[in-house]
Amino acid sequence: MSEIKNLCATNDFVIRFANVNGSGSASANNLFSKAVFRLGVPVSSKNIFPSNIQGLPTWFEVRINEQGYLGRRGGYDFIVAVNGQTMIRDYHDLLPGGYFFYDSSKRLPDTFTRNDIVEIGIPLTEICNANYTEPRLRQIFKNIIYVGALAYLFDMDFSVFEESIKSQFAKKEKLIAPNIQALKLGYDYAEAHHNRVCGLNIHRRDLNGEQILMEGNAAAGLGAVYAGATVAGWYPITPSTSVVEAFEKYCRAYRVDEATGKNKFAILQAEDELAAIGIVIGASWNGARAFTATSGPGVSLMSEFLGLAYFSEIPVMLMDIQRTGPSTGMPTRTQQSDVLSAAYASHGDTKNVLLFPANPTECFELTVEGFDLAERLQTPVILMSDLDLGMNVHQCDPLTWDDGRMYDRGKVLNEQQLTDLSEKWGRYLDVDGDGIPYRTIPGAHPEKGAYFTRGSSHDEYAAYTEDGEVYARGMQRLLVKWDTAKKLVPAAEITGANSAIGVIYYGTSDYSSQEALDTLRSNQAIDSMRIRAFPFGAEVAQFVENHDVLFVIEQNRDAQMKSLLVNELAVNPNKVITVLNIDGMPITATFLVSEIQQHLAKISTASQIQEA
Amino acid sequence: MTFVRPNFRHPENETNDIGYSIKNYEGALSTLCAGCGHDSISAALIKSCFDLNLEPHKIAKISGIGCSSKTPTYFLGKAHGFNSVHGRMPSVTTGANMANRDLLYIGVSGDGDTASIGMGQFAHVVRRNLNMIYIVMNNGCYGLTKGQDSATADKGSAGKKGVPSAFDSIDLCQLALQLGAGFVARSFSGDKKQLVPLIKAAIKHRGFAFIDVVSPCVTFNNTPTSTKGYEWVRDHLEATGTVDFIPQKSEITIDYPAGSTRNLLLHDGSELLLHKNADDYDLSSRKAAMNRIETTKEKGQILTGLIYHDSTATDTHALIDTVERPLNSLAQEDLCPGSSVLEQLNGSMR
Repeated sequence: MSEIKNLCATNDFVIRFANVNGSGSASANNLFSKAVFRLGVPVSSKNIFPSNIQGLPTWFEVRINEQGYLGRRGGYDFIVAVNGQTMIRDYHDLLPGGYFFYDSSKRLPDTFTRNDIVEIGIPLTEICNANYTEPRLRQIFKNIIYVGALAYLFDMDFSVFEESIKSQFAKKEKLIAPNIQALKLGYDYAEAHHNRVCGLNIHRRDLNGEQILMEGNAAAGLGAVYAGATVAGWYPITPSTSVVEAFEKYCRAYRVDEATGKNKFAILQAEDELAAIGIVIGASWNGARAFTATSGPGVSLMSEFLGLAYFSEIPVMLMDIQRTGPSTGMPTRTQQSDVLSAAYASHGDTKNVLLFPANPTECFELTVEGFDLAERLQTPVILMSDLDLGMNVHQCDPLTWDDGRMYDRGKVLNEQQLTDLSEKWGRYLDVDGDGIPYRTIPGAHPEKGAYFTRGSSHDEYAAYTEDGEVYARGMQRLLVKWDTAKKLVPAAEITGANSAIGVIYYGTSDYSSQEALDTLRSNQAIDSMRIRAFPFGAEVAQFVENHDVLFVIEQNRDAQMKSLLVNELAVNPNKVITVLNIDGMPITATFLVSEIQQHLAKISTASQIQEA
Repeated sequence: MTFVRPNFRHPENETNDIGYSIKNYEGALSTLCAGCGHDSISAALIKSCFDLNLEPHKIAKISGIGCSSKTPTYFLGKAHGFNSVHGRMPSVTTGANMANRDLLYIGVSGDGDTASIGMGQFAHVVRRNLNMIYIVMNNGCYGLTKGQDSATADKGSAGKKGVPSAFDSIDLCQLALQLGAGFVARSFSGDKKQLVPLIKAAIKHRGFAFIDVVSPCVTFNNTPTSTKGYEWVRDHLEATGTVDFIPQKSEITIDYPAGSTRNLLLHDGSELLLHKNADDYDLSSRKAAMNRIETTKEKGQILTGLIYHDSTATDTHALIDTVERPLNSLAQEDLCPGSSVLEQLNGSMR
């Protein structure tokens, strides 16, 4: 038997929970990760779940990292294996020296023969059976018992769990004691049988400051409340559903008229995504702030309507919580693969404004900003979130709101302005040179400002036309507006200035990219740019121009952002190296470092050969 | 057709109670074919809004795509209009209505726009009982693409191409009934006397009001072999009781023999006066309405008039309990919870 070198680390390891979905494991696992957070140690968790409600495997990955790296690292140091279906796979996924935690009520099968890991058996079923008679409680508390055992094994301050339980069940007080008791059952068993076995520890720090734990979708839904959205049309689709659910929850909390008890919001579950976006367009046209949330398949269905909104210049706020495509793809896995279909959604020459949040704080901020941009630019704005961001709980900066901030409702003529107007008003007339005309809201004025909105070609006064010149003039004016958009959208975040090598990334690749860049920069100066919006601002064009080698990190197969950069900025495609992850799991820093290092090595060899 | 409309109006031309002449309710000159039934429906809409003293700018007219959907350009020029995408008028109207419950929403669609591509949206806007009037200008064919059969073309009916339709037709009134519409009527573009009171009643009905108007396509589907042509329709009409619309404040001046009429109260207090005919049925019974449509059909006739009326149905806003003020009039201070709430929320997420 070879010698086992146990993994030893404090506040720096990855744990995987292997569960069966529908077994109540999610709340237990969240209890664990929240406890880590409350110990002041940075934590990130990923729920890897099936497209199913009950009975299939689900995993929950928690990365504990006191340096603050929140992306996926890759590899597992500790596995809680409580799902018989995946046990053998989990067993083999464990890193050498890692810890395999299992329910020892049943002996591990003979095929489990690794001798480079530590097996920690806790008889969860037996403990449950001895302490609980009701089958439902046995199931629920089994999860809590393993959390209790982990608290001991990782040498965690037990009081933080007690506090969590107390605040979680503040409104159901009688559940507090039994939950704490279940935690203790696990804790005590581990203490009695696995004393000093585990070399992984989670010790109290004070690194989390004012940060919060939040899902991106909840932040986007809350952003829509703060932005003053009153109408939402939507159709259920993973992973976007929780955006509208959050919007509704926060509306019920903050948008019910005190005097009458009536709602200052209208949420309609539509018959499909076409109707959902139709509702948004109708409401926006009529002067309300409206939005919908969907995923890639929904964007495909909404494409015709997006073209109408683009061409007839109606504000639209759309949230695309991307998942793995094409077609139904892997509905519960993440990807950044709608970039092109969203940017150019619809037939004919169309371009849509995209915003790329990288964390829940930005989901909130860019949603608020998205509503302003949609109304300022009178065009669709698409928030490009993804499943990883939307449906996982992320540690992020607290949300802030400046009470002095006023909504930008864009160029809308009210009754008085219409009355005072001396010249003839044209709905599609560019009077300011920024490509953005003035609009009116139905019902605003008895005599002036009524016009006919249409997706067919129209002149500056909204009259139907088949005059090619007039049509072309309108289309060119939309490009002037597009140029205006470049100056209004959030700027890219750029780090460094002098290297010939630039790394470009966006959205949730931010976490792993930052970590990878920290590693790579120890050997090589590298500049980086996180794109936050499309159309690309001047700073993006400048960055691309200024670097000889550009790495573009994406979570899709076809390097869609690269296509967009090459297409829109006339970048030489030969200087772009793509680093792509498409397995539906959030991209890892390990992968990025290894990919980029390989390319850098090749480049340096090539340049040496050239010099010689 | 004429390309010039005289600006001259007779000086004694009447104005309505809010001081508008009929001209204030007209739109641009129609570009539809001369004799198109749709133009008569536009005229009926103009007349109805004029008679009801509606402010044109408090009306929104929304349509899909097709000949019928072009008509909102030809009436109510002072109202905002929206020619949306094919089959999607219901969702756009739903959104618009959610944003401002105070406007009158006139949705215009065709048989292709509603019974085929827009079937899903039609079904669901009925189900939501959106407060709107939904007019289908039903000619049994796709006029704008030169006369293909639509889903309302009767089996065996043949248009200009002479090929009888092979499939059973969809009866939109039956569908609306089955889906729970509170106001269901059918009319004929050539019967202004029937159509105008029906439109007025539909406008006054709170909730979803559906009118299927058979409106012949003179160019592609007005053949003797078509069941949507002028000749055939005129010969095969069977009306439910004749309808008169009585505005809220008017006295009922028309004198009918006792027992031959009955009144239907609308939401604002106006009334519909119905002249019974021999085989009258209970208009508030969906079952009876359905039955009557079927029996009329069996006789090879088309049932027109008010077919079903239920004034108790609750509209979308009531169903989702929105505030009385239009949502688009709520200001930032009504909508944004502000920084202190956000502070509390942050605290709850640590």
